[in-house]
Amino acid sequence: MFANLHPYFIAAIGGVLIGLASWLLWWGLGRIAGVSSITSEVLSAPANPDNWRWAFLAGLIIGGCLLGQGLDIPSLPTRPLYLLIPAGLLVGFGTVWGSGCTSGHGVCGLGRLSVRSLVAVGTFMATGMIAVTLMRGAA
Amino acid sequence: MSTPGQASPFRAGRLGLAFSAGLVFAAGLVVSGMTQPLKVMGFLDITAINKGAFPGLWDPTLAFVMGGAVCVTLLAFAWTQRLTPSPLFDPQFDEPRQNQIDVPLIGGAVLFGAGWGIAGYCPGPALATALLSVDALIFTGAMLAGMLICKSFLRKKTSPES
Repeated sequence: MFANLHPYFIAAIGGVLIGLASWLLWWGLGRIAGVSSITSEVLSAPANPDNWRWAFLAGLIIGGCLLGQGLDIPSLPTRPLYLLIPAGLLVGFGTVWGSGCTSGHGVCGLGRLSVRSLVAVGTFMATGMIAVTLMRGAA
Repeated sequence: MSTPGQASPFRAGRLGLAFSAGLVFAAGLVVSGMTQPLKVMGFLDITAINKGAFPGLWDPTLAFVMGGAVCVTLLAFAWTQRLTPSPLFDPQFDEPRQNQIDVPLIGGAVLFGAGWGIAGYCPGPALATALLSVDALIFTGAMLAGMLICKSFLRKKTSPES
């Protein structure tokens, strides 16, 4: 359905949807749509009776499953396990230690004009770029 | 706070709204290409900008994702609290209070960025495709383990007497 639109335009539409989802959570529940914080809080208190976090994660996983099905999502490993697992550990550890990821610090933090989040975004973009450059040809 | 004794329409509203936000968030990730690790790495591969005419082999697409998203959240965080004294399904807006730039913030971002660059997944896209891709599922499992490791590490640091 997007075939005749410029890829940058489609990307921006996707970004607007992500922004609207974050707005919905702020307007409805007064919470920041930070995926890493929501996930790590569910992990540390899975039986919390106020389980809006479970509902958000269910929407994210079910939505991704339904909408992503027709798309070309790579099912073959793009990275071997000896890179994929350490990368996951780094992302999990780093987002809890640094209190946020691309959604919490990026989408929401920048929207809130938070200097703290701007510093975090600049830092993880920089190390992401360095990692990609160093890893080129590694796998 | 929502407690188990609270009126059920309120509780249903909270859950329904959070679920819908998750669905729309996932739609945005899929449409934008964030769920494709190769695309993410193509964006982070900034040095490829030198290869050929601008932008070379660098793929700037994902900058438009962040741009589109932040345009909306700038309005969201500027307007919502003026339009309504409290959220629809919560007594108050839970504004992040931290504003210091400290070692955990920078250290965490350094580690997160490194992992993001190595695999091309950040937490949202990994969860959104966890049931579609074996890669994403393995990554998600490792990510959850990393979160638990960090939590126990922080707990030890803040309560040395226990």
